Amino acid sequence: MSIETKDTSLETLQEIRTIMERSARFLSLSGWSGVWAGSVALVGAVIAHYWLLQFRINQSYRLDEARIKFIFLGIIIFIAALMGGFFFTAQKVRKQGHTLWNNASRQLLLQILVPLATGGVFVLAFISNANDQYIAPACLVFYGLALINCSKYTLSDIRYLGYLEVLLGCINIFFAKYGLYFWTAGFGILHILYGIIMWNKYDRHTA
Amino acid sequence: MMDNPIEQLNKIFDSRIRIGIMSALIVNESLNFNDLKALIDVTDGNLATHLKTLEENNFIKVQKGFIGRKTNTTYTITKAGEKAFRAHLDALEKIIKKLN
Repeated sequence: MSIETKDTSLETLQEIRTIMERSARFLSLSGWSGVWAGSVALVGAVIAHYWLLQFRINQSYRLDEARIKFIFLGIIIFIAALMGGFFFTAQKVRKQGHTLWNNASRQLLLQILVPLATGGVFVLAFISNANDQYIAPACLVFYGLALINCSKYTLSDIRYLGYLEVLLGCINIFFAKYGLYFWTAGFGILHILYGIIMWNKYDRHTA
Repeated sequence: MMDNPIEQLNKIFDSRIRIGIMSALIVNESLNFNDLKALIDVTDGNLATHLKTLEENNFIKVQKGFIGRKTNTTYTITKAGEKAFRAHLDALEKIIKKLN
């Protein structure tokens, strides 16, 4: 048996591995997406904190008006985080010459969507029942479960971020009045740290 | 005398494109034509020819469906295809190990 046969066999096996991985996992999630989402969350948290202070000083504010402001802020942050996150990942896909919409990315979205939509229903119920103290823990727990659930279809490191989000959410339930701080830690700081670690691990060498 | 693993290599998998198709289908329940095309980096005609060969050998199954009005053809690996591909992988592995 010749060295050539061995070399081509090795090459073939490596190619097989690459295709197996690339077809079953969406590996183009960009670290910048995490940093962006975290930064947006931090900005949102600072605005919310400022509003809360104002609300405490100026008691003439009406509670239901303030709540509507907070809900809008939450929606805007969610959309901004999502759009920016999508932008950086789409950019990475283009740079790698891969496709954005394929079997792996479809599976990834589906696995995220189910726990996340369930969490969305819970949060809506808490809003309508005025159980505001449970909104932050529910966001953290369901988001964390969504990440753990989707980790089979992308860079599997994301499950550690998921575990931490779930843990933060579970602790938060017992310290409900500090929701904004837990929310800031989970969506702001953890995202930025995760993004930097992922960028360092995967993106740096290809950038 | 030990079997020569080179003889255990399957001639049908003697093509980069057919190997690519089988690798993708063995880890996914089913994939459509465009998914495969994006993964393997191949022209439409070329991919279709190789899919046909694999289908004729009963290594893959073809399902024709529709999404709206567009045709959506999906491909699934068969039991026989999985077995043959695993045997091919084993043979490749043996070749590498023998020379180490």
